[in-house]
Amino acid sequence: MDVMPKWADVVLVPLISLLLAFAISALVILGIGKDPVEAVKLMVTGAFGSTYGWGYTLFYATNFIFTGLAFAVASHASLFNIGSEGQATLGGLGVALVCLALPWPHWALALPAAMIGGALFGAAWAFLPAWLQAKRGSHIVITTIMFNFIGAAVLNYMLVNVLRPEGSQDPASANFPPGTNLPTLHEILGVFGIPFSKAAPVNVSFLIALLACVLVWLLIWRTRFGFELRAFGKSESAAVYAGISPARIIIVAMLISGGLSGLMAINNVMGEAERLVLNSVEGAGFIGIAVALMGRNHPVGVALAALLFGFLYQGGAELALWMSIPRELIVVIQGLVILFTGALDNMVRMPIEKLFLAMRRSAKAGE
Amino acid sequence: MTFMRSILGAAATLALVAGTAAADPAIIFDLGGKFDKSFNESAYTGAKRWAEANGGEFREIEMQSEAQREQALRRLAEAGSNPIVMTGFAFGNVLGEVAPDYPDTSFAIIDAVVEQPNVRSVVFSEHEGSYLVGMLAAKASASGTVGFIGGMDIPLIRKFACGYAEGVLAVNPDATVLSNMTGTTPAAWNDPVKGSELTKAQIAQGADVIYAAAGGTGVGVLQAAADADSVLSIGVDSNQNHLHPGKVLTSMVKRVDNAVEKAFNDGPGFETGVMVMGLANDGVGFALDDNNAELVSDEMAAEVNAAAEKIASGELSVHDYYSDNACPHLQF
Repeated sequence: MDVMPKWADVVLVPLISLLLAFAISALVILGIGKDPVEAVKLMVTGAFGSTYGWGYTLFYATNFIFTGLAFAVASHASLFNIGSEGQATLGGLGVALVCLALPWPHWALALPAAMIGGALFGAAWAFLPAWLQAKRGSHIVITTIMFNFIGAAVLNYMLVNVLRPEGSQDPASANFPPGTNLPTLHEILGVFGIPFSKAAPVNVSFLIALLACVLVWLLIWRTRFGFELRAFGKSESAAVYAGISPARIIIVAMLISGGLSGLMAINNVMGEAERLVLNSVEGAGFIGIAVALMGRNHPVGVALAALLFGFLYQGGAELALWMSIPRELIVVIQGLVILFTGALDNMVRMPIEKLFLAMRRSAKAGE
Repeated sequence: MTFMRSILGAAATLALVAGTAAADPAIIFDLGGKFDKSFNESAYTGAKRWAEANGGEFREIEMQSEAQREQALRRLAEAGSNPIVMTGFAFGNVLGEVAPDYPDTSFAIIDAVVEQPNVRSVVFSEHEGSYLVGMLAAKASASGTVGFIGGMDIPLIRKFACGYAEGVLAVNPDATVLSNMTGTTPAAWNDPVKGSELTKAQIAQGADVIYAAAGGTGVGVLQAAADADSVLSIGVDSNQNHLHPGKVLTSMVKRVDNAVEKAFNDGPGFETGVMVMGLANDGVGFALDDNNAELVSDEMAAEVNAAAEKIASGELSVHDYYSDNACPHLQF
């Protein structure tokens, strides 16, 4: 039997961690001589105060949902996929190659093709580390993180030498043809007569990210493979005894994980930039780890945590602009949130568990 | 519900406040960073000078990654900043997409041409300024070998290198011009360590005057040259003579500061189109001050000034790499 009721596990602990992180952030802001109350107001209005702010918050959240789900799937098999960054980078390459390959007539045709391209490239980038883990026992943390660097170098080479249009000075691909431009939320909501900021980059990929949450939930908790995945993650020896092949689980889990990371590119590359630039992932692969940890590897939790980090990204950007708080400090605040919700989880959890135990004991004693 | 209403109310008030504070000009610095002692810093100097002269305020953003350019630009435009100046060719593509969405905002871009009705494109004749410092380099060199270290390998930097080589060869047709680029990505604008390594390599090949056209990377070039015996360096964009007094031969100044100040002074709705800044309108030149007075003799300065007048009047023409994407004086 669990020590804590479920609501305490999924709501109370993350919430207290978050409050602690914000409290320390407030002290840091106070320390550099700025007003933390004003800072919070600015972050909230910047991220949620207008449809423009919402548009960016949801745009970032879309990225984090994909990378968070990617990490969560691997995590259920006890695999620590730290390579989402590289897989999403390669996914961007896949999406760009698909978008530039044909003069697409309509986005509804281009999107599925680009999704396949992105997912294939992302999965391919996860395959080698997975194979090395399954067959050679090379630790997946080491191999995936190394593959991030190789991925960045591959992108660099492709943009400088292959995809850069003739005469362009910027290492970026050509603009994608108009037929690949995804409808933004402005256009989608416009159909229903709801006004939404035209400038914000949030697009139809957001809906696909939500769909991915449902599919991942089905995969993990409603399919035979999902059962095998979780069984393997809980105990490898028990899984082997039950006739589950570890190599198969490792490789398939990592392919799905890499594919989800690669899918992120339909949002940032196809949806926003509409061309491939360097560093287009912008650290979303690493944020995905924090998102999954905070969301307890459950799709609903991942979606909510992604929204929180979307808020931190967009609100933080506003903060840097309007309060002349240096950008580095925004990274400090984001780091504190990751530290408290991810790494220092037990610091909050243990006292709360003790509290609940004590409460239960006194309740029993009273019976 | 009341809570929601108060939040919406607060948002509306803030939007109003932001609205009244608008019409401040804004500047966006590209990846080299605001304090690169070179290109971006020159732009910052111009913005600061405008603020001090007019008692105004301006907004600024420093880029941290390639993917942020569009958001930074849109955010400033949404917030009502006007005019918005951005430093660097890399904004060209993004600005081309963003500018039509904000027809009432005036944009100025430095080092690139964007054909939109509300964009002023400021381009410099870097080849002319580089020609002049090339002449100085050839005169100051004892070994007959001079060096060039570029930032990112792009046509713009090749334009610097080509003008420089032409200037060197005009003074000493037998001179050897070494040329290296730091990298192929924007990270090459801010890699002083590699700049210093390249400098040492060129010194080992006999170069005794080295010209850096590399943004923040140039700091490393100037440092390595100052550390070596009897090697001089040439700074770029800002006047960098003061960084190592007596060790920096001169600087090819590119008056980005003037371009920024002018854009801010002209204010919203300024004249758009392509603005070329060359020797004729003091857009480029070479720096002479107390720090390099001993290095540049009156005779050297007079000769270079004579060439500058000839270029300004059109009597002497320096090859522009942009004109045919080739350089007759240098192999890349």
